Amino acid sequence: MSTAMSMRRAFIDPLINENPITLQILGLCSALAVTKTLATALIMAAAVTVVITLSNATISLIRNHMPRHVRLILQITIIASLVIVVDQILKAYAYGLSRELSVFVGLIVTNCIIMGRAEAFAMKNNVRLSVLDGLGNGLGYSWILILVGSVRELFGSGTLLGAEVFRTVSAGGWYHPAALMLLPPSAFFLIGFLIWALRSWRVEQVEPEEFAVLPAVETGEAR
Amino acid sequence: MSGYLNLFIASAFVENLALSFFLGMCMFLAVSRRVETAVGLGLAVLVVQSVSVPLNNLIYGAFLAEGALAWAGLPDADLSFLALITFIGVIAAMVQILEMTLERYFPGLYHGLGIFLPLVTVNCAILGGSLFMADRRYDFAESVVYGFGSGFGWAVAIVALAGIREKLKYSDIPDGLKGTGITFIVVGLMSMGFMTFSGIQID
Repeated sequence: MSTAMSMRRAFIDPLINENPITLQILGLCSALAVTKTLATALIMAAAVTVVITLSNATISLIRNHMPRHVRLILQITIIASLVIVVDQILKAYAYGLSRELSVFVGLIVTNCIIMGRAEAFAMKNNVRLSVLDGLGNGLGYSWILILVGSVRELFGSGTLLGAEVFRTVSAGGWYHPAALMLLPPSAFFLIGFLIWALRSWRVEQVEPEEFAVLPAVETGEAR
Repeated sequence: MSGYLNLFIASAFVENLALSFFLGMCMFLAVSRRVETAVGLGLAVLVVQSVSVPLNNLIYGAFLAEGALAWAGLPDADLSFLALITFIGVIAAMVQILEMTLERYFPGLYHGLGIFLPLVTVNCAILGGSLFMADRRYDFAESVVYGFGSGFGWAVAIVALAGIREKLKYSDIPDGLKGTGITFIVVGLMSMGFMTFSGIQID
């Protein structure tokens, strides 16, 4: 495989074919919890993309100097330091949003996408590829977050990024907000349906059946 | 006393870490195919959570919180930004110690928990529990109750999900929903069920 092609694959694949949320099922905690409004989803998406790109770059840079036995601790330390930086920046420049995200910025540390990519990709590939892979996974994660965030905010409170789109009944308009969209269960439903939609389009992602139901066989006597 | 009971019920059911804060979701979905493994993982989370939250509470109170270093002559120091990296270090170290202790003194339990103990280190529910404890400024007794309650709630939720998924494998599900998709929807329904606990108060 040529370099240009492997670079393209490292970047494009995680967007749909190997999407971290719908296919690898990694990093769900934050994906579900911060999508109540579009603004928090955007901030979270940006934070995760930055952390995963930088952590992939750093880990790939020092991959040949890491002793195998302590690599997990080193990875966690690198990721945690990056997350602390992001957390402090958010507290300094977007205090309100950082209060709203509460512990979920800190939880980027245990976000399995980041550890997963560090272990599966950055430990084996050069810096340029690792950065692209980090960026691709970050963006693959981001578009799902942004989509779910927009749907939940639009139908849950009739606004997008705080600006009114549907005028709600309580403000004298016509739209009855769907309160379910603001509650935790809706995030599960939305991602479930999103996976259904993606897999109806990309049939090769359908999981094989563990216990296939045999087709009904006509026997002579059961008529 | 009723305060602690209320805190237990709130942390175990109303604010269930898995179903209303989405913590530990990756493992929640990945390790819930069979009831037996779910029980093992649930127990591991319960044990680690009930030890690590109070332990982190002590460390946070003595070293990291704003003004906590007054005893060392540094009343202005605020190291709370180090909470994150400290908590994850404490959790990782504690899991390791727990693993060695169990192996030495309770080999039965050790083999029951099996591979789940080390996995628990990267479970967001554990780190999340400690971060919530720091965020809400629980005192030591509260943190003991909170640690046990939230671990218990997580364990109940994963065992229940595993029970449902075991029955689910006999049903005929549309192709695109098989596996992950339908699990998400089941978890959503469970989360709605757990929301009905939200009015409970014990006087």
